[in-house]
Amino acid sequence: MAGPVLEMRSIGKTFPGVTALSDVNLTVRRGEVHAICGENGAGKSTLMKVLSGVHPHGSYEGEVLFEGEACRFRDIRASERRGVVIIHQELALVPYLSIAENIFLGNEHARRGFVDWTATLRHAADLLRRVGLRDRPQTRVADIGVGKQQLVEIAKALAKEVRLLILDEPTAALNDEDSGKLLDLVLELKNQGITSVIISHKLNEILRVADSVTVLRDGRTVETLDVRDPATTEERIIAGMVGRDLDHRFPERTRYAAPAEEEEPALEIRDWTVHHPIDQHRKVVDGVSLRVRRGEIVGIAGLMGAGRTELAMSVFGRSYGRHAGGTVLKDGREISTRTVPECVEHGIAYVTEDRKHYGLNLIDTVGRNVSLTALGKVARHGVVDEHEERRVAEGFRTSMNIRTPTVFETVGRLSGGNQQKVVLSKWIFAGPDVLILDEPTRGIDVGAKYEIYTVIDRLAAEGKAVVFISSELPELLGMCDRIHTMAAGRLTGEFLRAEATQEALMRCMTADRSGTGGKGNGRTGAGEADER
Amino acid sequence: MSTVGLVRLVLDGMRRNMRQYGMLFALGLIVALFAVWTEGDLLLPRNVSNLVLQNSYILVLAVGMMLVIISGHIDLSVGSLTAFVGAVAAVLMVENSLPWPLAVLLCLLLGAAAGALQGFFIAYVGIPSFIVTLAGMLLFRGLTEIFLKGQTLGPFPRGLQNIANGFLPEVGPETNYHNLTLLLGLGFIAVVVLQEIRDRRRQREFALEVLPTPAFVLKLVALAAAVLVATLLLASYKGAPVVLLILGVLVAGFGYVMRNAIIGRHIYAIGGNLPAAKLSGVKDRKVTFLVFLNMGMLAALAGLVFAARFNAASPKAGVNFELEAIAASFIGGASMSGGVGTVLGAIIGGLVLGVLNNGMNLVGIGTDWQQVIKGAVLLAAVGFDVWNKRRVGS
Repeated sequence: MAGPVLEMRSIGKTFPGVTALSDVNLTVRRGEVHAICGENGAGKSTLMKVLSGVHPHGSYEGEVLFEGEACRFRDIRASERRGVVIIHQELALVPYLSIAENIFLGNEHARRGFVDWTATLRHAADLLRRVGLRDRPQTRVADIGVGKQQLVEIAKALAKEVRLLILDEPTAALNDEDSGKLLDLVLELKNQGITSVIISHKLNEILRVADSVTVLRDGRTVETLDVRDPATTEERIIAGMVGRDLDHRFPERTRYAAPAEEEEPALEIRDWTVHHPIDQHRKVVDGVSLRVRRGEIVGIAGLMGAGRTELAMSVFGRSYGRHAGGTVLKDGREISTRTVPECVEHGIAYVTEDRKHYGLNLIDTVGRNVSLTALGKVARHGVVDEHEERRVAEGFRTSMNIRTPTVFETVGRLSGGNQQKVVLSKWIFAGPDVLILDEPTRGIDVGAKYEIYTVIDRLAAEGKAVVFISSELPELLGMCDRIHTMAAGRLTGEFLRAEATQEALMRCMTADRSGTGGKGNGRTGAGEADER
Repeated sequence: MSTVGLVRLVLDGMRRNMRQYGMLFALGLIVALFAVWTEGDLLLPRNVSNLVLQNSYILVLAVGMMLVIISGHIDLSVGSLTAFVGAVAAVLMVENSLPWPLAVLLCLLLGAAAGALQGFFIAYVGIPSFIVTLAGMLLFRGLTEIFLKGQTLGPFPRGLQNIANGFLPEVGPETNYHNLTLLLGLGFIAVVVLQEIRDRRRQREFALEVLPTPAFVLKLVALAAAVLVATLLLASYKGAPVVLLILGVLVAGFGYVMRNAIIGRHIYAIGGNLPAAKLSGVKDRKVTFLVFLNMGMLAALAGLVFAARFNAASPKAGVNFELEAIAASFIGGASMSGGVGTVLGAIIGGLVLGVLNNGMNLVGIGTDWQQVIKGAVLLAAVGFDVWNKRRVGS
């Protein structure tokens, strides 16, 4: 029983020009849940790629011992044969195949090259029972939510006789309820003797399920903490991750002074209702009214699937769903927001939550991404002045502290935090009066978050109206002047900064869910929309 | 600046534009290979002139196709459309004796209309371009046969023939060279050099890094020398073909538009990431529509040039032209997923194919083996690109 199941000794990995890992040590005991955390770029994913053979033996330094034996995995198949299975953040399921087919993809129950359906379905049903999923194995993966898809991934790992399960940010795309179920399952598997390594940004989850936690920083191991030790708190882990005490996770907000006379709000949304693009009877956004003044930061707190992104995108050029009523007013005058160019014209900007798919042209340069929304500003008679464009890009590189060798670098090569700064730059360059920021700090490290907060604060201080959508309550409490809560497509509460607490917000974010009666499946509808 | 530093700088610049320099290098290699193999026949002034004439219509198509592929689409109809416009041109000029300039104008408008029709279905109705243009390929081929009643129709008026086969007029004193061609060549060199110097000065003004002076001079000399050699070759025969001038204008114009015009940027943006471009306020449908309208017009131009070159419209004209143009684009650096490529790249890709064709004809390789070799070159070019990307990317 004793003895580590996995030992990684002085692992080093370099990419051209970058040292991703140096002298990293990781020891995972048999039957424990071991968490790995660290800022983005700390080397967590690289370390797991070394372990699972994505980076084959020989391309890194140091040694990997699994169950006491030295491992020299050539590829993922080799590591999976030994029972090391990694579940990536982006799920690797084929949407139009059934759950059962997905579970055994590449690992089919077959006789002479033909699938044995009886064995497949029976075995799949067994596995689904083990992960607590009640759907039929014949169900298409596209027809179940992300939370359940995550469980299918785990069933798939179990089918491979997993001995060490690696979960890379398993709850990043899940709501609280699904996250809870998933974490319970990890604990359940632990009881069945399966060791897990879990990478997560969510420290409360780590404290809940993990036995020990290893902190990485800048490609090095900082420390391994025993979670049962009462001294291991969130603040303690954060201190290890950033190497400094983080009392100040948010910039001192330049206080917003409520306008003396009742001035017209910069942006007002009245009675906004949107139907699901396919199921027309489903209201994804239901009668939302919202006002934002100049210099004000208004938060929208909501869980995944509450309809926050759908609200923002439907207002912004009707980029989501079917419009079913409601008006938008800018500075007290009703405006048309039917198309994106109209919105840009009216000084509205929407910074997407999904920068890779909706925010950036990843194969183009930093400079060209920044200028895209407002090419007219660097052009004369329809012709872009490349020198001027470059000057603008250099300006943003300095003012936003975008870390890139040159503005000609391909955006896809930057880190998440720097990509986010490029998306923000692009919209700031468009010169909006109103910015709708959708999860502007998702998936980026603590240091970059602070920089983004500073930028948002500066924008508000310049008199811009900011809508700040987030599921991280601390950042809303730290940044916003006023916070709305959203659930099942409706606004369910409004708090001034002074009176808001995490508990009160969370109550309103979950309150309305069961009480919506007639259109009870509104939540799942929005959930699917989130996945798109 | 030391020599080592200089070399490193040049290499660095080349690495950044690996694909284009790589293909230019490959083109040079192929030219050199066939020049030796044909004992110099490839580079005889008459043959160089021929090379331009033979490939002009594919190059015209490749320019348009490059835009289509950058925007993330494909156009399979251009070969048939080329034939269709040729047929209409013949009906207008040969059967109805319309004056040729008017007929040319009508044909270009017809091509634009055909492109616009396909663009409408692709951009506004939302049918994938592969399907719309596959339908167009069948449709225009059929219409061509209907218009020509299965016959070949000709000959065309002299004016039109001149576009495809003619040369720029002789002017000035006897110099053993074609004066106008020399002048154009020198003028071109002057424009390029001035442009480069102006660019460099602007970059200095913005305190941006520039090539060190010796490297810059070297680059200018190399550029000028290449243009000069081509000019002399053409000028010592009948001068620059008219169609070369047309091509030059197209390349310069479209190259400029794709690099510097807002619409050009928008084409790259919708090809690179359509949802992001939409959310950035790019009018993606309008841009797509215009790209196909433009392709239709260029296909019409290619059709006119082709018909004029062979002095007849034939129901079998333009077969497989779409594939040649697509191959040229991919050899020249386009990506199947869109968002990547340059107009100049399409020309380089087209020339690689053209020189291969011409060279293999000269040394007497049969069309059967020519196909095999061209297929292998396409595969090798794109394979090299994929390999190179993976090597750099990891």
